Amino acid sequence: MDSSRQLFQYILSGLSNGAIYALIGFGFAIIYNSTGIINFAQGEFVMLGGMLTVFFLTVLHLPLIPAIVLAILISTIVGISFERLAIRPLKNAKPLSLIIITIGASIFIRGAAMLIWGKDTHAMPAFSGNDPLYLAGATILPQHLWIFAVTILIIIASRIFFNYSIIGKAMRACSYNSQAASLVGINVKNMVLLSFAISSAIGSMAGIIIAPLTMTSYDVGIMLGLKGFCAVIIGGMSSGLGTVLGGLLLGLLESLGAGFISASYKDAIAFIILLLILFVRPEGLFGKKESERF
Amino acid sequence: MLKIKNINTYYGQAQALKNVSLHLAEGEIVTLIGANGAGKTTLLNSLSGMVPPRSGQIIFNNVPINNLAAHRIVQMGISQVPEGRQVFKPLSVEDNLELGAYLHYKILGGGKAEVKKTSEMVYALFPILRERRKQLAGTLSGGEQQMLAIGRAFMARPKLILLDEPSMGLAPMVAQEIFRVIENLSREKKTTILLVEQNARAALKMANRGYVLENGRLILEGTAADLLENKDVQRAYLGKDKKEIWER
Repeated sequence: MDSSRQLFQYILSGLSNGAIYALIGFGFAIIYNSTGIINFAQGEFVMLGGMLTVFFLTVLHLPLIPAIVLAILISTIVGISFERLAIRPLKNAKPLSLIIITIGASIFIRGAAMLIWGKDTHAMPAFSGNDPLYLAGATILPQHLWIFAVTILIIIASRIFFNYSIIGKAMRACSYNSQAASLVGINVKNMVLLSFAISSAIGSMAGIIIAPLTMTSYDVGIMLGLKGFCAVIIGGMSSGLGTVLGGLLLGLLESLGAGFISASYKDAIAFIILLLILFVRPEGLFGKKESERF
Repeated sequence: MLKIKNINTYYGQAQALKNVSLHLAEGEIVTLIGANGAGKTTLLNSLSGMVPPRSGQIIFNNVPINNLAAHRIVQMGISQVPEGRQVFKPLSVEDNLELGAYLHYKILGGGKAEVKKTSEMVYALFPILRERRKQLAGTLSGGEQQMLAIGRAFMARPKLILLDEPSMGLAPMVAQEIFRVIENLSREKKTTILLVEQNARAALKMANRGYVLENGRLILEGTAADLLENKDVQRAYLGKDKKEIWER
């Protein structure tokens, strides 16, 4: 394989990982924008998506689609109960206390998953086989195409939802000015609940589509969650294009770094980028435009 | 229509309203005057559920509303135009108005046609908003944002509108236009209005009745004409206006 093909291969796998990071980052951004808190339990919903799907497929022998739908549904219910039981009861809590609670919740969910499913790594069959396709000399798995398709679909759907539906606009209104939102009759607490539901659904979807490539276990949420956090920081906490670009950029740099420097630095590269961004441009690479509009 | 009985409102330990009682009849314009920090905004926020009173009763059309959440009070028919406009700056003018009708979409089920009709009424009141309807609210001038805030509150088709300092920071001409629309809302749209205003003279000229609030207590009430004649009110709240008018 010559080096240009190799490069193309790295770019391809980088972009598909990046798409996943972008989806996870979306989940962070949606909750951050409606509550001002960083939900560090976001990665656990990614884990839940993958683990639940594997559970339904291998233990209950359900077909793929019902297994996925059920997995997303249950992850969403977990997300909703998390908000109802751990976030909403705290009145006038500072964001910092709430963020610490999300860390606690993440440990709790991970622990519960370990007790239920054990510490083993589980494989999930690819959605449509493992026969690689050849594209300009690089190999691409059908699962990569699934990842791109689902990511693009979710991004388009959320754009339509937040820009054109009245509930989506109401959620944005809450993030811009929650007092004014309640003065026009929007139930801000329900919008917060909805943001938890949406971001846990998106997170679990991300976990499901990546599981066939990377396998899944009770603790995949930590790393994936942090990568998604990197993506959203690069994107300036926006629930729009910034985070998508942030995720793709992160995936690309990671994959190129792993390919040309050393695969063992893969995770280190992500966190070096995170630290650099936080030092140099804490508002994110793409955060400026958003904030100018205020 | 509205009866407030002995409400006491606190911010933490600090008491902002002390045994305040007032009433509004349907169709009235009532104004609340008082110095900065007297509790005018707090009174409006107690009414709209933003800062619920710790004790006392608020009765709106024979229903006690003092324990309702803010969004439920909007459903009852009370809309507040908050101090400092508080429009949704990154959203377009159109979207701001649409969100004003949120409860018609979600709860009362008024339907799109009804909402469209109401927004046409708002555009008729403020033609400039129609021109700017695709523009982001944050790019509007202060006066236009105030118009949008009033329009947004009207979109809920409230029975009672609470206006908090609608002329604050506006050029006199623009303020006059705002006052004209407020009178129109009252006369033609049959909306009852509770108006908090720095410009006490303009407010009293428009209002049927007024209350004077000082240090969280109501110290005076009367018809607008009586208050305009009242020596204490003239000295404390109208003096500055007299000078302004003379200079103009």
